[in-house]
Formats: sequence, structure tokens, C-alpha cells
Amino acid sequence: MNAIPAAKHDPVAPLRREWTRLTAAQRISRWLVWLVIVAAVAWAVRSIDIIPEFLEDAPEQMADLLVRMWPPDIAHYYPAVHDALIETLHIATLGTVFCFTLAVPLALMAARNICPIRPLNTLAQLGLVASRSVNSLVWALLFVAIFGPGAAAGVFAIAFRSVGFVGKLLSEALEETDHGPREALRAAGASWGGEMLKGVWPQVQPAFWGIALFRWDINVRESAVLGLVGAGGIGLVLDDAINFFQWERVATVLLAILAVVLLAEVIVTRIRARLL
Amino acid sequence: MSASMTASAPAAGLASALEIRGLVKEYVAGKPVLRGVDLAVPAEGITAIIGPSGTGKSTLIRCINRLVEPTRGSIKLHGEELTGLSGRGLRLARRRIGMVFQEYNLVERLSVMENVLSGRLGYVPLWRAWLRKYPAADIERAFMLLDAVGLPEHATRRADALSGGQRQRVGIARALMQRPDILLADEPTSSLDPRTAVEVLELLTRLTAAEGVPVIINIHNVDLAKRYARRIVGMSGGSVIFDGPPEQLETHHLRAIYGGEDWM
Amino acid sequence: MSATTSPSPTRRVAFAPNWPMRIALLLLLAYTVWASSRLGLTWDRVAHGMGEGGKLLARMVPPNFERWSLLLEGLLESLQIAVLASAIGILLSLPLGLLAARNLSPWFVAGPVRAVIAVCRSLHYVIVAILFVKAIGFGALAGTAALVVASIGFIAKLFAEAIEEISMKQVEAIRATGASALKVIAYAVLPQVASRFIGFCLYQLDSNLRNSTLVGIVGAGGIGGTLFAAFKRFDYDFVAAILLSIIALIFLAEIISGRVRAALR
Repeated sequence: MNAIPAAKHDPVAPLRREWTRLTAAQRISRWLVWLVIVAAVAWAVRSIDIIPEFLEDAPEQMADLLVRMWPPDIAHYYPAVHDALIETLHIATLGTVFCFTLAVPLALMAARNICPIRPLNTLAQLGLVASRSVNSLVWALLFVAIFGPGAAAGVFAIAFRSVGFVGKLLSEALEETDHGPREALRAAGASWGGEMLKGVWPQVQPAFWGIALFRWDINVRESAVLGLVGAGGIGLVLDDAINFFQWERVATVLLAILAVVLLAEVIVTRIRARLL
Repeated sequence: MSASMTASAPAAGLASALEIRGLVKEYVAGKPVLRGVDLAVPAEGITAIIGPSGTGKSTLIRCINRLVEPTRGSIKLHGEELTGLSGRGLRLARRRIGMVFQEYNLVERLSVMENVLSGRLGYVPLWRAWLRKYPAADIERAFMLLDAVGLPEHATRRADALSGGQRQRVGIARALMQRPDILLADEPTSSLDPRTAVEVLELLTRLTAAEGVPVIINIHNVDLAKRYARRIVGMSGGSVIFDGPPEQLETHHLRAIYGGEDWM
Repeated sequence: MSATTSPSPTRRVAFAPNWPMRIALLLLLAYTVWASSRLGLTWDRVAHGMGEGGKLLARMVPPNFERWSLLLEGLLESLQIAVLASAIGILLSLPLGLLAARNLSPWFVAGPVRAVIAVCRSLHYVIVAILFVKAIGFGALAGTAALVVASIGFIAKLFAEAIEEISMKQVEAIRATGASALKVIAYAVLPQVASRFIGFCLYQLDSNLRNSTLVGIVGAGGIGGTLFAAFKRFDYDFVAAILLSIIALIFLAEIISGRVRAALR
């Protein structure tokens, strides 16, 4: 009972079967994808405006910069960097709090099971998308033009950028809620407000806090750069230090930002673990 | 009945393929899982290792191809010492040792054919493996093995589309694809229903007999072990306490291996 | 009735008042008021700002597309930055992600690589861009370098996490055939994570495109430089044109990557 004929006396050599990993169509589509990728990269490399001399001594210059940053000027931290850091945190937190005044109504309007009027859904979606497609730094430029330089512009930039993000996630959470409790409350004669407060809010509450914390974490990162366009916070201190080539101070600021960003992340993970 | 049962030649007359001497494995220092195992595996037929869970059967098998690092002792495959090998030497030794796993361990997102051909990874150069440009002879053998395990039409299906029994057949084909000097099977039937388990064991016995590959198999089911193995090794508490042909395995041995007798 | 003010011990409370939550909300409210006043956010200022905002909006319409060639040039440069940064970032993230996965590489390799990735991720790309501008000069090179750093921070991290979630049984089986480390990666690791990796890459391409329209604000090339210049010159109608073009570009990219993702599934 020789189940596996040895290759030596192979009687069906002419019937030898071919195996390829992909069908012809799959192979062609893979080649096309690679072709598109290679073509895009080739186009970018050929036409991008990079000065060869810059590219050549880039590693050297980077190393030079890092050397000049060492050691960080820790003495500079208090009070200049510290105050700016606190201001940055205020901007991030206030921006997150204020964004909800716009995000909650828009989310309610965008959720199809809450607001049955289709044109209003679309309108709210459009508002959320508009908020998201403009970067917080661009929002900051706009609000600096409106309020003048300072932290107020930063708070508004963060708030307006967050509306789209928070509103989208919130409306998705709303659309996932169970219809049953609302129906029961309506049957018991509850008003719209009562329905929302006792039928919908308990269902989205965990998601709500999760989203708020998530966005706050992002906002801490984002608010650190707003100062570069004059919207307050630690970015301003960083910009000054860079413009005056005080690299030891730059290092201090960078370390401070790094510490706060990591701290924010730790805090958020802790609170989320306790909430959820 | 299968060929291996009827051709039950005296094991003593054969040269052994694998020799294990004084094998000790301690995952935690001072708490050995294997306490000095001595074992000689004959050059053909199935050797079944039986014993309660947690007695180190799986560790023993994994020490042979060094998926588990033995603490002390010697393992010789056709006279070549396996302990202490590393890097290329270890890979060359591993490609001579086929292995079939309890949960099949197929790469689920690859096709059946790619899984079978992966048995040649120890032989083909990296670029061939990467581009799936295997030698024609390898592909031919893979098809023959798929025929032999009864899955020729499944070659291009993804492994996760197969049933448990089918997956284990692919696992056997993959192991035999290595043209191994010895085949290790770690509880190959424990995840299968009784009927499929018998089918898979039948297949394993038939194919390895045809290829002349000796098999070491860990198995829970004593009846199946007695039916298919030429030799039975009973382990308990990290030591071998029975070693002989299935006919000699008596009730008192089983009592010693598994303890108690309520289960019998 | 006095019972309403101090409930008798026999009365059961239907809803246990969530005091910690109430206190937390009150504190948040107090903080908001206090912090607003510290940052000089007053009603007067907001009301004044609203008026200014109206004027600004009035100056933005109609958007002025007269300098469309400048606009197109900036957009194309942003696109180039995004494509290059994504390509280089993906190429670097592959080995870095593999090295950072704690189930495949030893701790003395995984640890330092993870630290590098964490730093890449924690620094905002605009900050990285300024540093590159100062070190290697104005232009697209600095922007590309900054976005490469950002791409590594995102792709390599998620890739490493995806690898840490793979089934090690499949790895063990391939290792048992005598395959070398690179073959194990090709046959047991990549098949398990390839589709997720492509997903991360597409996502990062998307965000690189968004971010490449911005790094120009600090002089790192792309449309952002044109935008910032227009802001400084109070050319608000041109600003509107640039913003609309950026939004259109991002929208287009989002639609395309959505299609690609759907096709991959």
C-alpha cells in the first residue's frame, strides 16, 4: 500500500499540475497597485523641491542641533515655561468643555433616530465635517484674526476643531442606542426632554465620557502648538526660544511638552479604566 | 486493520532513530517537569506516549525539536546530538523533524497549498519562499500529498475555510512535506470528534508507514494508542513508568500511570 | 412637614444620589468660570469677537481664485510631501514595528525601539517640523522629514501592537519546519497582520495629506506657507480660496481611501 508514489517512477509526469498563488486577474491587479504606488513615489521624488545640498548635510545638521540642545536649561523652567504650560492645559480643557455647547446639539440633530427631519441631519453632518476638515492650527489663525493674539483665540480654535470630532462620535453613539426604553417612556407619557434624559442619556453616558476624555487627550497635544501662530500657550515660549536660537531652552520646553503629553495619556487611561 | 498493527515486529530488533538520555526540563528551577527521561524510539512504526495531563508529554515532544529548551540530558537523532544546537544547525535539524499539532497550527490566512509548501521552508532559499517560486518537484510532491490526504481540490482555499479534520490532514501533509526522519505528533486528535480522530490516525499511520517515517505521538485515548501504536510509553509525574508493546499494557500499568481506577 | 427636609430612617431612597458625580460637575463648572477669567475670556470679548468674525467672513466672500497657479503649486507640493513621507514612513515602520513587538524580539531590542516610537508619537508634527526647518532649512525636505517621524509614531506603534496579538501557535508551527527568522516572518507573521498593516498605512496616508497642508505654516513646504502668507497680508479672500481647496483635496482623498478600503475587504 504505497500511498505516495516516489518521484522517480512518476507515471503521470505529463499531467503535472501547476500551482500559482494568485489567479491571473489577481496578479494583474496587484501589479497595477504596485505600478500606481511606484509611479506616485517617482513623481513625488522627481518634482519635489528639495535642495540636494540640504539633503546631504541634513544628518550632520540634525546632530549639531541635538548637541546644542544638551544640556537642557532646566533653570528656565520656572516661571516662564511653567506658566505657559499651565495656560496650555487651560486652553485644552476649556476648549474641550466649550466644544460640547455646539457638539451636543449638532450630534442630536445629526443622529437619524433622534431627529427625524432628513435635511436637518444633512445640515448637521455638513457642519461637523466642516469643523473636522479645518485643522486646529488653521482655526487658530482665523481666531487670532478675530480676537487678536492670545489664549482666547486658542480656546476657540480647540473648541471649534473638537466640535466635528466629538459631534461625529456622539451622533454615532446616539444612533446605536436601543429604541426600547424611549418607546416605553413615551408610552408612559414622558415629554421629549424626559425621553432624552431618562431613555437616551443613560445609554450614551459611558460613550460620552469616553469621547470627552479621548478628545481632551488630543487637545493637550494640539494646544501645545497653537502658540506658533500666536494663540497662546507653550507654543509661544517655544517659538521665542527657537527664534533666538536658545537651544537649551528649546530642549526644556520640549521635555515639558513631552512630560505633559505622556501624563495626560496616563491620566486618561486611568480614568477610563475606572469609568468603563 | 492497518499495516502497522499486523506487521508488529519485535521492537528490540530495530535500530533506534531517536535516543533520549536523562532528559530533564525545569520551567522553574527546582521544579522539574521531566525528571530524567530515557527513551529509544525505533526507526519505524508509531510510538505512543500516554499519561495524565500535565505530566510533561507535550514538553517531552517539544524538547525534541527544541520548541522547548531542555535543561539537561541528551537527545540524539540518528546519532546526531540535538541539544546544544543553535542557529543554522538547529534549523537543519528541525527540517528533519516533522511536527503535527493539537490545534493544527496552520497559518490560517494562507492557502492550503502555501501551508503544505511551508514544510519546505527549511530547504528553499528565502527569495523562493518569499515569492512562492517553489521548485516544480516540491509543488508536485505537495499535490501528491494533498491527493494522499484526500484534499486535492482544496489547494487554493484558505486554511481557515476548512473543517478541523481537514485542517489536521493539511497539517500532516505539511509535516511530511519536510521528508522528515521522524515525525512528532502532539495530541493530534484531541481537538477532533471521535470518528474524525480515527480517520486522521488511520491516515497518519498509513502515510508514515509508506514513507518509512517513525512517529512519536502524544495521545490521551488509551484505546486508540493500543490500536495504532507498535509501542507504548506510559508517563507519570515526569518519568517513564511503562515502556513496551501494547499487548503488555495491563490494567495495573494503567492504574500506575493514571492513578485510581474509577475512570476505567 | 419636617420629614421632607430630613428623611426619617424608615424612608427608602429610590435613587441613590450620585454625589461624587454631582461634586465633580460642580467643580468642573467652577473651574470653567475661574479659568475663563484667567485667560481673559469675558462676554464683552466674545461679543466683540463675534462682530469681528462677521467682518472677517464678509471679507472672505467671494473667495478669490485669481492666483490659482500659486494655489495649485502649493497643493501639489503638499501632495508630494504626503506621498514621500508616507512611502518612507511605511518602509521604516515595517522593520521598526517588527523589532518593537515583544513577542518576537528580545526585550533589549524591543525596549529601545518602543522608546523611539513613543517619542515620535508624543511630539506634535508641527513642532518636529520647526526643528527640522531650523536644522536643515526651509522647504519640502523639512516637511517630509517631520511627517516621516509622525508616520513612524503611528504605523510602527499600531503594527507592533497588531503583531503582539497574533497567534504564536502558527509561528511555532513554521519555526518547527526549520524556517529561519525571516521566513517565519514571511509565512507566519505577515499573513496574520498584512491586512491590518495596509489599513494603518492608508489611514496614515490620509492624515499625512491633511498634515502636509499645514507644515508650511512653519516653513516646511506645501500649501500651508501660502496660507500663512495670505493671512499675514490680510488677503482673506485668497485665504478662503486656499481653505476651500484644501478641504476639497482632503475630501477627495477621503473618498478614494474609503473606496480602496472597501475594495480590500
